[in-house]
Amino acid sequence: MKCSDFLKELTDYLDNTMDPHTKAELEEHLQWCHNCYVVCNTTKSTIEIYRGSELYELPDDLRTRIHTAIISKCKCHQLNADASPSKHAADPEKESS
Amino acid sequence: MEAIENKGQEAPSEETILVEAARSGDIGAFESLVRRYDRNVFRIAQHITQNREDAEDVVQDAFLKAYQNLGQFQGQSKFYTWLVRIAVNEALMRLRRRRPERMVSIDEDVKTEEDSMPREIADWSPNPEQQYTQAELKDILGKTIQGLPPSFRTVFVLRDVEGLSTEETAAALELSVPAVKSRLLRARLQLRERLNKYFKRRDGDTRP
Repeated sequence: MKCSDFLKELTDYLDNTMDPHTKAELEEHLQWCHNCYVVCNTTKSTIEIYRGSELYELPDDLRTRIHTAIISKCKCHQLNADASPSKHAADPEKESS
Repeated sequence: MEAIENKGQEAPSEETILVEAARSGDIGAFESLVRRYDRNVFRIAQHITQNREDAEDVVQDAFLKAYQNLGQFQGQSKFYTWLVRIAVNEALMRLRRRRPERMVSIDEDVKTEEDSMPREIADWSPNPEQQYTQAELKDILGKTIQGLPPSFRTVFVLRDVEGLSTEETAAALELSVPAVKSRLLRARLQLRERLNKYFKRRDGDTRP
């Protein structure tokens, strides 16, 4: 296996979504290829650091403000829909549209 | 993220019950859905827009749009995946408004394979993030992900930060599974490359 082949499989390897045979081949490559070993480990760390970073958390005060705004707008929408029920009838359009 | 599956004839999940109640006009039920997913939507929105005000607006608009269109949600996908799709579209629309000079698209796939090939192979210190204060680390991670193309960071945040499966990410972004995997690989490798300068082992660091 070449390093470029290893890289192509890296995402499936890190996500553990590959067949045991390919996984064994990749692990055999990692045994002797230091560069791929380092790239694999540091990519794994990259994911873990972002996952645990709590980057862009929603502060409580902002959360409360956003909730109030959303619910107030939903109530407005509901009042308008109740006033003209034909507009609120379930639309047969697909959810993917 | 709370993973809730609908399989065969199993009892409806709590989420399904909330969605049904909200669809019948129960605003309290919809509020529960907002509380369940608002943090996720905010994180996704801020990762994509890289702007806090836009992210706030995206959260509001995405939930309002979801409420207004609950009649169209037929339960073929999870409510959360459907909500994420709405939020991503809103976020990309905001980004386009701020950067009208640039084409911003989730289909953006202009880089060559070489762009993600590792250039610097350096081992990192053990627990490299602990070299920095929490504020410094957030600054580094924020600046680093900001440099990725929007289509790459969108896939990265859905898959690796929010923990959606590859299939759910593909459904939310209306991309194929191979396209998600390709962007995810390149996003991960580009982030790794950019973080090297902050996290690589320094001379004199003899820890294993």
